[in-house]
Amino acid sequence: MIETDICIVGAGPAGLSAAAAAGEAGASVLVVDENFKAGGQLFKQVHKFFGSENHKAGTRGIRIGEQLLDRARKAGAVFRLRTLAYGFFENGVLGLYDMDSQELGLVKAKKYIFATGAIENVLPMKGGTLPGVMGAGAAQTLMHLYHTRPGNEIVMVGSGNVGLIVSYQLMQSGAKIAALVEAAPKISGYEVHARKLLRAGVKMYTSTTVSEIKGEDQVEEVVLTELDSDFKPIPGSEFSVKADTVCVAVGLSPLTELLQMAGCKLYFSKVLGGFVPLHGRNLKTTHDDIYLAGDCSGIEEASTAMEEGRIAGIGASAEIGFGTDKADELIKQAQERLDELRQGPFGDRRKSGMEEIFTEYEKGAWA
Amino acid sequence: MAEKIKLPDGDVIICRCEEITKQEIVDAICEGYLTVNEIRKRTRSGMGFCQGKTCGRIVRQLIARYGGVEESTLTPAHARPPVRPIPSSAFEKGEDLL
Repeated sequence: MIETDICIVGAGPAGLSAAAAAGEAGASVLVVDENFKAGGQLFKQVHKFFGSENHKAGTRGIRIGEQLLDRARKAGAVFRLRTLAYGFFENGVLGLYDMDSQELGLVKAKKYIFATGAIENVLPMKGGTLPGVMGAGAAQTLMHLYHTRPGNEIVMVGSGNVGLIVSYQLMQSGAKIAALVEAAPKISGYEVHARKLLRAGVKMYTSTTVSEIKGEDQVEEVVLTELDSDFKPIPGSEFSVKADTVCVAVGLSPLTELLQMAGCKLYFSKVLGGFVPLHGRNLKTTHDDIYLAGDCSGIEEASTAMEEGRIAGIGASAEIGFGTDKADELIKQAQERLDELRQGPFGDRRKSGMEEIFTEYEKGAWA
Repeated sequence: MAEKIKLPDGDVIICRCEEITKQEIVDAICEGYLTVNEIRKRTRSGMGFCQGKTCGRIVRQLIARYGGVEESTLTPAHARPPVRPIPSSAFEKGEDLL
């Protein structure tokens, strides 16, 4: 049995940030991640971050990932990569599977921080199981981690920031964006990203959906249909686009299975991506030894994930006696930065979603 | 039991792992299975390789739409280990080797 003060599942922005904070407080930290590389989504974010200097604006995601990983390592965090956390058991033990040695292991930690992230949403479509249909995040992984261009002529479905940014990255990799399709009447991501694509001549179709993907052994043609104001297809409005790849960027859902297994209560929040574990401002769940951070606490961004990770890392360590002198002050600072990040038209909705969860948690009706 | 609905896009696959179509899921909803767990047991949707990570959300939306159930009450199906596929040979070797 591996024993540690803090065990963190997921080495993305939230997990790394939690590892650095807990390590710096003096706790022994084990970080588990299924990938061959730590950093999670940060290593796919080749673009520069927005916001203020406090939030690493102007720095590319990959550099932020390297800095965080370095900081966590210096703080003494131990990493176990290519290792699956496959289950959480009644006695507070986490089950691991090492994909290289193909052996199982058990961890007993005083506190756990789940930073398991999210999974891309799918869109049920006719022909949607043809090879060449993938999540936009999957396309990003192929490009930035495996240096492979997913296709040559792409239809991007969804105009949120993921759809817009990944489209641009696909163009940088040499692919052509045959069409960017959005069911809503207007582009939903930041204008600065959309304008980059418009300037490059990308055709964007709003109030439009994919009605069918055609092809023999892989994607060859995508049939698009215009939608009316009730999102109903307009008969006779169909038109075809030649493509070999369809990327779907229609949001993410929090990955909460391990937390569910531990008995953490869930709460439904449409704006945060569906069912999320009920948690307080301190990122503690309804389980006394389990914290969470990042997208599994509700879908936001890498910058918010890092602040949440920090709060969880400091809080979990302080609870078992590490860094108690500075904990309150450091958590307060991180919470202030988190509030700053949850501003503006996108942030406000998420902030009210989070506030609703905190209120429900503070009621304590789940106890 | 509600009357069966014939969908124009019924052959669209919702659960890829077990190849369960939209029509099969909506049929089960019309038969009166109105939770994600029940749909899983009735149709095998969500019982495959990915354990419902992909189709769970769509199944929930279908129950809400065709079964008239409030989406916020449709909690995810029970989560059981392993949450990722693991070869059973690993369990033969022992559970505490790392």
